[in-house]
Amino acid sequence: MRSLSRWFQRNLIRIYAVVAFTYLLIPIAYTVAFSFNDGGKSNLIWKGFTLENWMNPCGAPEVCTALSNSIKIGFLATLFATILGTMIAFAIGRHKFRGRSTTNLMIFLPMATPEIVLGASLLSLFLTLKVNPGFWPTVLAHVMFCISFVVVTVKARIASLDPRLEQAAMDLYANEFETFRRVTLPLVAPGIAGAALLAFSLSFDDFIITNFNSGTMTTFPKFVYVSAARGIPPQANVIGSAMFIIALVIVILGQIVGRKRAVK
Amino acid sequence: MAVNSSIKGDLRLTNITKSYGDFTAVNDLSLTIPEGSFFALLGPSGCGKTTTLRMVAGLEEPTQGTISLGNTDITYTKPYQRPINTVFQNYALFPHLTIFENIAFGLRRRGIKDVKEQVEKALDLVELSHLANRKPTQLSGGQQQRIALARAIVNRPALLLLDEPLGALDLKLRRQMQIELKWIQKEVGLTFVHVTHDQEEAMTMADTIAVMNEGEIEQLGSPADLYDNPKTAFVANFLGQSNLIKGTISGNDGDNHIVDLFGQKISLAKNRSHAVDNSIFAGIRPEKFRISRLATPTSGNILTGGKIEDVSYIGVSTQYQVLMPWGQELMVFEQNDDGVAPFSVGEDVNISWEAGFTFALRGDEDAEAGMEVEPEEILSDDE
Repeated sequence: MRSLSRWFQRNLIRIYAVVAFTYLLIPIAYTVAFSFNDGGKSNLIWKGFTLENWMNPCGAPEVCTALSNSIKIGFLATLFATILGTMIAFAIGRHKFRGRSTTNLMIFLPMATPEIVLGASLLSLFLTLKVNPGFWPTVLAHVMFCISFVVVTVKARIASLDPRLEQAAMDLYANEFETFRRVTLPLVAPGIAGAALLAFSLSFDDFIITNFNSGTMTTFPKFVYVSAARGIPPQANVIGSAMFIIALVIVILGQIVGRKRAVK
Repeated sequence: MAVNSSIKGDLRLTNITKSYGDFTAVNDLSLTIPEGSFFALLGPSGCGKTTTLRMVAGLEEPTQGTISLGNTDITYTKPYQRPINTVFQNYALFPHLTIFENIAFGLRRRGIKDVKEQVEKALDLVELSHLANRKPTQLSGGQQQRIALARAIVNRPALLLLDEPLGALDLKLRRQMQIELKWIQKEVGLTFVHVTHDQEEAMTMADTIAVMNEGEIEQLGSPADLYDNPKTAFVANFLGQSNLIKGTISGNDGDNHIVDLFGQKISLAKNRSHAVDNSIFAGIRPEKFRISRLATPTSGNILTGGKIEDVSYIGVSTQYQVLMPWGQELMVFEQNDDGVAPFSVGEDVNISWEAGFTFALRGDEDAEAGMEVEPEEILSDDE
């Protein structure tokens, strides 16, 4: 009895870790597992193993149209939000101008506003301007809420950049443009890349704002939500699992490259 | 406009002032630094020396005044247009580039295609050829320091600026680098301008030192000039240690003044007095003093009635605090070279020194100026 309680004490942290990770990973494991379910149109009950869904990810009607819309919107929103957000971050992080602290505060506002309110008021704005909801209004809306996250991420990276490095570059005959290209940009790049990934995942994932502003166009989250009423097709699980695996591979590759660099 | 490498000659600062709002960092400073010299700007934290250096580098614009190199006015030119390179405090090596590319940076920006030979030569000079492919973070502080030096020297600038270059190194490495820097300066024959708060570092390396205080130059001269004949209490205290004794000029004797120090007469060479009237501080460096027991005959200037208050034996010398009849404690450093047993606390002694070693400052000076440099100020970044 005593040895049992001692064993328990010694392994408490491990037990806790196992429980915590199980809790975190069960939904993902469930998603991956049910992507192999031979469930037909409704994928709620396990009916048997099949590779059919993976062989034919566009099998369910609309699913790949929705996916390609989401990827297009995500790509465009990421591109514009990253470019604009990086420029704003440099302006706020590196220059003193009138209204800098106000700008800083305003950038935070979209993050603090409930999405449901943003989505609804954007829709009424578009309707007032006589713009029909659809692809481009959705892109515009995504750029808007992604910018804040890009600015915050890139600004943190700029703040950690030693200004003496840029001074050293200028001292070594690099003019303003070369200093930016050869020193500032390479050093801030990891922050910009991180911000772009964040922007893409925010845009790809977004349901609430998209639902208001996309009109009849489907996106992947909208497709999943709508089909939930009649049963989500296993292709949704296939696409979800694939996204997860791609993200995982990127992270692992990043770790390996980082570790190799550190060793070298 | 690219860098004009043909500009060279003496560096001339004329009536330079730099203000930040109400605060004046550098006040009407004029200075000529001859081509090929090793020049040090020495002063405590916040004295304006780093600001001065940054204006020469082009990283700050003076509020007033002009900076010229040879016959060319460079006051408002960009840093990259000046044939001037800087070894930054904490080195500022580019963390994303290899050591080779760090050193090649300046050469490449000037459009030089074949950089290999010059970079290798620079690496040889600092004896770190084997590290060419590493990244800066994989180097020790001392190695980074040398790379920063190589990165600047490889460009053969008309002027090399060193901003507290040895501040982050430990004492032993610092000594070694002082000697090495001096050697490298002779080897490459460039003009070095060195900013430091460390008087020993300045004295070891520089041909000429400008002692700065509160945005102005207190005194300029060779290390020996400054040490043996300081003009102000600040220089006397900041460069080494000094005993400053309040006194009055009471008469003349040929080339000497007769000075009354609390009733005792000493002599002082007229050309070593920076006083403006009869009220003075007589200054004597602690190692110039000799202590003798009352009966021992002494020559030169003598002050009697001292009493040993404290004895510290530190190997090469013994340091005494001697209490004088007027209540002042004088510092005396005695070399342990004559086999005489050290004096003990409480002994009655006289103090003597060669009259020629005495210097005199204005009597209205603050005798403690330049002393109260806090250690944590020295460690922190300047300005």
